[in-house]
Amino acid sequence: MTATGQPAAPHTDERLLRTSPLRKLLGRPELGSVVGAAAVFLFFAIVADSFLQASSLGTVLYAASTIGIMAAPVALLMIGGEFDLSAGVMVTSSALISSMFSYQMTANVWVGVFVSLLVTLGFGAFNGFMLTRTKLPSFIITLGTFLMLTGLNLGFTKLISGTVSTRTIGNMEGFESARKVFASYLTIGDVELKVTILWWAALVALATWILIRTRFGNWIFAVGGEADAARAVGVPVVRTRIGLYLGVAFAAWVSGQHLLFSYDVVQSGEGVGNELIYIIAAVIGGCLITGGYGSAIGSAVGAIIFGMTSKGIVYAEWNPDWFKFFLGAMLLLATLLNAWVRKRAEATK
Amino acid sequence: MTATQAPAPRDTAGPALVELDDVSKYYGNIKALENVSLEVRAGEISCVLGDNGAGKSTLIKIIAGLHRHDAGTFRIEGEETTLANPRDALDRGIATVYQDLAVVPLMPVWRNFFLGSEPTKGVGPFKRLDVRRMRETTRAELLRMGIDLRDVDQPIGTLSGGERQCVAIARAVYFGAKVLVLDEPTAALGVKQSGVVLKYVAAARDAGLGVVLITHNPHHAYLVGDRFVLLKRGAMSGSHTKDDVTLDELTRQMAGGSELEELSHELERAPSPDRLGGRPVGDDTP
Repeated sequence: MTATGQPAAPHTDERLLRTSPLRKLLGRPELGSVVGAAAVFLFFAIVADSFLQASSLGTVLYAASTIGIMAAPVALLMIGGEFDLSAGVMVTSSALISSMFSYQMTANVWVGVFVSLLVTLGFGAFNGFMLTRTKLPSFIITLGTFLMLTGLNLGFTKLISGTVSTRTIGNMEGFESARKVFASYLTIGDVELKVTILWWAALVALATWILIRTRFGNWIFAVGGEADAARAVGVPVVRTRIGLYLGVAFAAWVSGQHLLFSYDVVQSGEGVGNELIYIIAAVIGGCLITGGYGSAIGSAVGAIIFGMTSKGIVYAEWNPDWFKFFLGAMLLLATLLNAWVRKRAEATK
Repeated sequence: MTATQAPAPRDTAGPALVELDDVSKYYGNIKALENVSLEVRAGEISCVLGDNGAGKSTLIKIIAGLHRHDAGTFRIEGEETTLANPRDALDRGIATVYQDLAVVPLMPVWRNFFLGSEPTKGVGPFKRLDVRRMRETTRAELLRMGIDLRDVDQPIGTLSGGERQCVAIARAVYFGAKVLVLDEPTAALGVKQSGVVLKYVAAARDAGLGVVLITHNPHHAYLVGDRFVLLKRGAMSGSHTKDDVTLDELTRQMAGGSELEELSHELERAPSPDRLGGRPVGDDTP
């Protein structure tokens, strides 16, 4: 027993192979999605003439941003090992709350926007607390929240405004300034860029920063990868999970406000089904469905693929009915590619 | 590898780092652990031996703060306590290295090393992980124990079982643990890897830590242990110091004492194996 103090002989482990740059690249979670995005881009560049025009860029990016704003926090949540099926309708709820609160109280719309932020964060907190208290699968918990919110959206809207949509708040105080923040656009040359693209870029940057450069990010990976091990070394698992749901709620608030201030009225039945699109974007972007692996930038690439496909089909003048088929095929391909890539990256065992 | 000839100066005076006195734990109407006593002193290795289901895991979980004991006293440095959670245990200097769940396999080695206690730099919203320090420290600490990683970025799941154990132990030592609880560190390892791990266990002991080594291998325990507690069906079936027990005696007790003798008689009486259709008695004994 002479190991103490003495620096161990610097033996190189013959079982460790040299990591090639290629293998390192293969280890990136976004790789599959980037390859996929390039393929989709090439495909539509060939089949759709107007796809490469500058004005199309704004349209595609806008479509991508409306998904991407939600996909980034959903990706973080999935890396943390959980789902949020209520994310889609929560966006609608958030818009409805701002609109109806401002209208009923005849308050400045910013008051409604602020109240909506608090209530939406409340939904996120509810999801998080229910999950961590009951220890039921998040699939069930958020499925419950999804159904409850869908019902509340319709029920309250009908109760208050008598129809399935809200009253217009376009002439109310604060509407113009709120529209500037959530639904304006700026024109650069021929390209019209919606402000949601900025929100999207900011959220992806923030999510990436949190994920790879903060303690919280380290905890997200750990909680999703092996929650028991994380708990055993002192990671606050409960707080991490609740924080992730609050992140999704915050993004739902941003999306909801965009919905409200770009259309002025909100349809209470909207948002159903979008939660799956966010999850698809995150999975195409390299998030493991079982947690512990993925990236926020990947979710952005997933959203771009989504934007290119949905608009590319229009530019190619095909029937948009085909869109879902493409999305499904893309999801399968991306997941297969990711699985293969990860196996290669970990094959050093 | 020889057992230590000149043990580090032992702290025999004053209260033990961790002391369990007649501790019991019940799950509903099941006695998981009853009247078990254990003493852990600085610079010593206390081994807990027992077969499957003997209550070893329950014992660790109490020391690690995952479960609370139902009866008896649990003292840390002389002070009676009940641990609230694993964080509480860590804050009091008790670090536990679990057999399976010590690490998050998909995370890079350096992120695993600092998990739960990540160093940061900067203030306010710019507070961020000190990535460079994390990587360099991980590399240096692992090198000290003879694991030369080419790449601290590789997922820890790609290391061998022994290396993962060593990373977990190095982590506990680096973070200033006073008591190290090791759950079957050699259970799934080959002979050579077990040696590496045991060497590191001894190194931790020589660094002045108190070590609790849980194992079902009396050979490994006797190589490094100073005290031995034997568990059997949730109760303590023996407690020895190294001076008053031999390896043979330990092995005999561990294997079930009289039960083993009975088995050996049975085996002796068994007819010489008739290659075809011989009775399967003794098939699974080494």
